[in-house]
Amino acid sequence: MSTGVLAFGAYLPQRRLQRQAIAAAHAWFEPSLAALARGERSMGGWDEDSNTLSVEAARACLAAQDRQQVNSLYIGSTSFPFLDRQNAALVAEALSLSPNLRTFDLASSRKAGTSALLAACEGDFHGGSALVIASDKRRTKAASSAEMTYGDGAAAVLVGEGDVLAELVGSHTLSVDFIDHFRTGESEFDYHWEARWVREEGVMKIVPEAVTALLHRTAVGASDIRHFCCPVGSAREQAALVHALGISADALVDNLETHCGNTGAAHPVLMLVGALEAAQPGQLILVAGFGQGCDVLLFRATEALARQSSGGGLQANLANRLEESNYFKFLSFNRLITMEHGIRAETDKNTGLSTAYRNRALTTGFHGGRCRECGTLQIPMAPICVNPDCAAVDSQDPHPFADAAAVLRSYTSDRLTYSPNPPAWYGMIQFEQGGRIMIDFTDVQVERGLHVGMPMRMVFRVRDYDHKRGFRRYYWKAAPVYQDQGD
Amino acid sequence: MASGIRDKVAILGMGCSRFGERWDANAEDLMVEAYTEALLDAGVETDAIEAAWLSTALDEQHVGKSAVPVASALRLPYIPATRVENYCASGTESFRGAVYAVAAGACDMALAVGVEKLKDTGYGGLPQRTRGTVNDLYWPNVSAPGSFAQLASAYSSKHHMAQDDLKRAMGHVSVKSHDNGSKNPKAHLRNKIDLDKVLNAAMIAEPLGLFDCCGVSDGAACAIVTTPDIARSLGKRDLITVKALQLSVSNGRELSFNDWDGSYFHTTRVAAEKAYKEAGITDPREQINMIEVHDCFSVTELVTMEDLYISEEGRASHDILDGFYDADGQVPCQIDGGLKCFGHPIGATGLRMLYEMYLQLQGRAEERQLQRDPIFGLTHNLGGFPSQNVSSVTIVGQAGA
Repeated sequence: MSTGVLAFGAYLPQRRLQRQAIAAAHAWFEPSLAALARGERSMGGWDEDSNTLSVEAARACLAAQDRQQVNSLYIGSTSFPFLDRQNAALVAEALSLSPNLRTFDLASSRKAGTSALLAACEGDFHGGSALVIASDKRRTKAASSAEMTYGDGAAAVLVGEGDVLAELVGSHTLSVDFIDHFRTGESEFDYHWEARWVREEGVMKIVPEAVTALLHRTAVGASDIRHFCCPVGSAREQAALVHALGISADALVDNLETHCGNTGAAHPVLMLVGALEAAQPGQLILVAGFGQGCDVLLFRATEALARQSSGGGLQANLANRLEESNYFKFLSFNRLITMEHGIRAETDKNTGLSTAYRNRALTTGFHGGRCRECGTLQIPMAPICVNPDCAAVDSQDPHPFADAAAVLRSYTSDRLTYSPNPPAWYGMIQFEQGGRIMIDFTDVQVERGLHVGMPMRMVFRVRDYDHKRGFRRYYWKAAPVYQDQGD
Repeated sequence: MASGIRDKVAILGMGCSRFGERWDANAEDLMVEAYTEALLDAGVETDAIEAAWLSTALDEQHVGKSAVPVASALRLPYIPATRVENYCASGTESFRGAVYAVAAGACDMALAVGVEKLKDTGYGGLPQRTRGTVNDLYWPNVSAPGSFAQLASAYSSKHHMAQDDLKRAMGHVSVKSHDNGSKNPKAHLRNKIDLDKVLNAAMIAEPLGLFDCCGVSDGAACAIVTTPDIARSLGKRDLITVKALQLSVSNGRELSFNDWDGSYFHTTRVAAEKAYKEAGITDPREQINMIEVHDCFSVTELVTMEDLYISEEGRASHDILDGFYDADGQVPCQIDGGLKCFGHPIGATGLRMLYEMYLQLQGRAEERQLQRDPIFGLTHNLGGFPSQNVSSVTIVGQAGA
């Protein structure tokens, strides 16, 4: 039985910061950034981190899948918010995966995404499937080239055995303690060494060595590769790389430099999703993950891929874009500038861990209740049914609301209450299946506003940052679905 | 079968401090300011008070927990005293405690004191505080204006009313309250405004601009109540009695069931129906002579006119624009300026509303005095959010009416 990809999905935050805006702000200080000032980079909201990106990419991947079949979860990231509190455990509960789950955070290298994919593909599926997520939202120094070239994003791939969309042909990993950049617990930002050295001694030597070893091992010719996902190097460097390897130049998968930026550990997996969207049955896809060596994985697309419906992949995410030309917003969202948030922002955000644990079916899983007596759906779940004609006690079973369709019932945009992205939008949404909730909104496009009756969808986001203790708490928010954003 | 409160309790005396930014005063000072006026009005001494209720909503901002602050500030003689809190309807709750104690025969004379000291936060608007450890995990980060602003989106959608038309009717509500407040020496805001000023003001929470929002004030108000017999024995004539005291509290249905459309207060409708029945009012539009409603925001006043069954549903804006609720209209509303201009020291507000009714019924409202002798006055005190709130309707009037 073949092992390989069963489903895939991606998520890019809708805001795309215009690189010209970044370069213009820094022209007085670092005029050389003008050379990078083309296109745009994806920019997460203030309420997004690698965990929320992971959840959204995974939801796209699992849209048509039985989540209860997932028995392993691997997440690769260099920007996990928690160093000790497994991020995968949080993401698993946000996705309402079965608790009978093996969970892994794979960190500390840009190849963590491909390492997660490798570990999953070559692990034991125990009759189920393994979900692989690669996600990054990396903070960068102002006026650094990383600020220009990085992007925020995530990709997810469900792997397992059976009727796969792409089968794993083989893999190889080279481990080299090559430090093109590093970040430690003591440092806030990546520290980079000279780009020319990274290219000549790193990328151009390590990637070819790993690829060559894999091609040799699998007895595949370089010219047979139809899609090469190479997440490092500029377009020109990548052209030189494929030339040296003997891979066809048109096999290079778009490295998303122009419209997204480099999403770190997520990038090779994001590019794989892009390749899967384009691949024809039988074509070979090579994925490289670079960082302290190189992972390479070779997949062959199957007939099943042709039957796969699109949506929730890379192309849809690239199309769902909102141009952002206010660089100050980027600085503020990423706490790179000290904004006057006012006294209202000072309310203590301490989270009772016991309180949060007891209520996590609501706050993490977004589960409400369904009354066994009358069928009424309600969120939060309560000991007594809210239906006045029922009022049964202890009559509810947990019921998921995260993927339920909803419409807007009432709303406001509030300039008084504290929000890191004012005005604060919130209101009441009504679920079409029944049930309603008063809730914060996110990703409202101010120019387009909201109107009563419009469709809304739930998204998993950071609710509050407790800067005093370094904690953050998550919850769900409602996001408007504008006409050109239909799922 | 309970027969209700009608005419069982009389208001013996009332007092109200000047509302506003009282940088000069602690909450205790404000309580004493209101209380000394009430004692003088009632013609009794502190030793006549047998039980007391204190209402404050945000005690963390000033007096702290318990009724000790009122007992100490007023030097009450070791009598039973209780602090009550029920969102912004707290003021009516202290009055309810005192009135029920007298009606029950538990004591002959009782005191209700409400106070709030909101201006020591360092910023404008209501204090931002925790909503409780569990609520903080999932409630939206609402402000009061943002919560009530949603009435407007739901109301205009339900009644197919252009948002601009609704905003103009809301604007008239505020212009009228500023006109009224200008005649009130104790009011926080005494300036007159025009419609353009309302419509062009800075947006606080869409569609509520600055002048759609009430003042956030420091202040205190109090009432001394007793039985009509005792009031007469103390030489009082033309008594003002309590006709109805009703309260309705949301049970989660608006928030979590599927049948509320967000455009009205279910609680107010329930409380109003019960209050009219208790007071023997059959046609409120004709029988109620004046009202003080909880106009925390202009849109709240607008929808409340319908929830009190004075305007027909969907017609409040027409009545408002016709001047029906102006000081010279058929049912003057917020004659003292309302929350909008008298101000809104939360725990005092319900009592402040009754204070104006009490003065008007006695013909003591000076420049604001209504020309037609009022018989029934209604107060409506609301707390919380449209989706989950506490709403009270109180009717007072001439004894025997």
